[in-house]
Amino acid sequence: MSSFWNAYIWVLFGITMLGLAALIHFTRKMPDPEGFTEETTGHSFDGIEEYNNPMPKWWLNLFWLTIFFALGYFIFYPLGNWPGVLGWTSQGQLTDDQVAHQRRYGEIYERFASMPVEELMDHPQAMRIGQRLYEDNCALCHGQAGTGSYGFPNLTNNDWSWGGSGDDIKTTLLNGRQGQMPAMGAALGSPGVRAVTEYVMQLSGHSVDTALAERGEPLYNATCAACHGQDGTGNQMLGAPNLTNDIWLYQIPGESLRASIAHTLNEGRAGNMPAWRDFLGEERVHILAGYVYGMSER
Amino acid sequence: MSLSTAATDATTTYNYTVVRQFSIMTVVWGFIGMLVGVILAAQMAFPELNFGPYFHFGRLRPLHTNAVIFAFGGSALMATSFYVVQRTCQARLAFEPLVKFVFWGWQAVIVAAVITLPLGLTSAKEYAELEWPIDILIALVWLSYLAVFVGTIMRRKMPHIYVGNWFYLAFIITVAVLHVVNSAAMPVTLFKSYSAYAGTTDAMIQWWYGHNAVGFFLTAGFLGMMYYYVPKQAERPIYSYRLSIVHFWALISVYMWAGGHHLHYTSLPDWAQNLGMVMSLVLLAPSWGGMINGMMTMSGAWHKLRTDPILRFLVVSLSFYGMATFEGPMMSIKTVNALSHNTDWTIGHVHAGALGWVAMISFGAIYHTIPRIYGQINMYSIPLINLHFWLATIGTVLYIAAMWVNGIAQGLMWRAVNTDGSLMYSFIQSVEVSWPGYIVRLIGGIIFLVGMGLMAYNVWMTIRNAKSVTDAPVTQPA
Repeated sequence: MSSFWNAYIWVLFGITMLGLAALIHFTRKMPDPEGFTEETTGHSFDGIEEYNNPMPKWWLNLFWLTIFFALGYFIFYPLGNWPGVLGWTSQGQLTDDQVAHQRRYGEIYERFASMPVEELMDHPQAMRIGQRLYEDNCALCHGQAGTGSYGFPNLTNNDWSWGGSGDDIKTTLLNGRQGQMPAMGAALGSPGVRAVTEYVMQLSGHSVDTALAERGEPLYNATCAACHGQDGTGNQMLGAPNLTNDIWLYQIPGESLRASIAHTLNEGRAGNMPAWRDFLGEERVHILAGYVYGMSER
Repeated sequence: MSLSTAATDATTTYNYTVVRQFSIMTVVWGFIGMLVGVILAAQMAFPELNFGPYFHFGRLRPLHTNAVIFAFGGSALMATSFYVVQRTCQARLAFEPLVKFVFWGWQAVIVAAVITLPLGLTSAKEYAELEWPIDILIALVWLSYLAVFVGTIMRRKMPHIYVGNWFYLAFIITVAVLHVVNSAAMPVTLFKSYSAYAGTTDAMIQWWYGHNAVGFFLTAGFLGMMYYYVPKQAERPIYSYRLSIVHFWALISVYMWAGGHHLHYTSLPDWAQNLGMVMSLVLLAPSWGGMINGMMTMSGAWHKLRTDPILRFLVVSLSFYGMATFEGPMMSIKTVNALSHNTDWTIGHVHAGALGWVAMISFGAIYHTIPRIYGQINMYSIPLINLHFWLATIGTVLYIAAMWVNGIAQGLMWRAVNTDGSLMYSFIQSVEVSWPGYIVRLIGGIIFLVGMGLMAYNVWMTIRNAKSVTDAPVTQPA
């Protein structure tokens, strides 16, 4: 900060401290500092009179103590541009803590870091760590048991939008994922949306209006197949879900599957899995990936 | 009930009309604000009670804080300050039309809050949620309040200004400054505005406001109340004139610095966090000065506690004040704050002050004032005051004890780590552990609310007994 603002802070702080010290120093002297006075000041306000007793000694001492503490504290700790003789900063404290943490626990994580993600489920310690990481960071969206909810994938059912290998899961965790289903309402028109909805439901074996589904098939092939595949099994490279296994990420609570699919076609969808690389660090993500992989295998 | 003030010359009587209005609204808003508080406590324990957008915790919470601080606390402060300033200056309130505007304007602000907050209209600044048109009305009402108060002091018949009035005046002046600076915003529409400040600056100004709202609205203002009602009810002289001067100047000069402690471990610069902590510690002695002066004033009158439940309210409020003003500096120490921040401990601390200090001293003051402004000798029922006292005390203790236990449990659980460095508990486990505390808090809140209901009944019956209401004549200097 500029030297003006530095001076501003110090001068105001100094004046306040000096003022407080002067206030209690010059008012402490009393005509009779020992005893309880029976003399009032002579004022009377609506019948209220005032004694002029000395301020309690312990109270004055407490006041002095806090003033001296305040002055002493800023010898050691920063105020304005003054860094304090200890050179303490909150950033430095964080770094020290992280270094100490790494020294103390780093070895545990290093040991697991060298193993393939898929093998971690055989190590109870890794699974315990992974479970805690999962509950603290993932359960909010994906649920305590990993079963997901509306818009948040189920992690236990072996249906993976972005791939279910250990490395795929780890990549998802490290970098996050942005799923994009474009809105097709304008391109298909509402009869088109109805027809494609019917065809998509047929892909997963639902009983449908076959005439309508037949009309939907060419529309599907022209509009949807590029991502979801001609056979509807999806594309994990793009995060395009498999449409044939009757697992639905966006089945709107309280709505029929038909209405939900039509909504998705009309409005599109945007999924966002955040990236955890910076927050958890690669070694923790490695163990977390092992835990998530284990969830679908168990 | 007929108001027969017209018979007497207006300049020779005190203006009790506005005191009556604010006293009654203190009770009304107190009950409503605390009822909303009980609903919130129930929602914390039973989340299924969040119905639709208008009845949701997120919208009721600012309604609760605004209703209890500004509607209940504000009405109590305005009622008592208008009563006290007249009685201790031996002068009728100045600027009659402004007095009316202060009352009706303030009620309009509260009604606007009751409508806009559940609708989700908010500036999102804690304790300053109201949108800009309401903020402008608040500023106008507040400046009128200041004018009336200063005008009345200038009419006083003695050279000195009573210490209670200094505290009231410091509260009124400072809240005007805080409100105008913190609420500065750029309007977009009639119901939407953006703060004039950005980022960390916005946060620091918000908590400079927020902490001084505690310091001046909820501390200095109510100390003004204490300095009149404690000696009056105990019928004892103030213990130390000197102490009152010293702790007044110390309190108002140090409170201004302490807001930074709300932003420990944030992007606020380290030195500003340190300053907030250190000045909070310096604040301990000035805060306690008021408690000492009130408590020592009781010397020679302690036996009255056996028979006078109003005095009990006043003395117990001072005890909670002393406890909360010790707890505050302690929680501002960064090491302690690392444990307490974002836990229920903070809510417990606030309610030690809000229920134990602010509400209880207001109850005492209103019970003292109501009979006097309605031409009665006593409240309708002294035993009911006594029952209210016990309900309020038990309710407060249950509330804050539950929040201490919850807060410390949460703080310890959030920081506990396993031998592998991972966190020992997930967040939801700390919520599960807190559930019994939420139930105890709900029970404490209901008990406190029942007491408030008894007060409303007692006040109603007292007023009903008042056959004709006359304003007391202004007393002449002895």
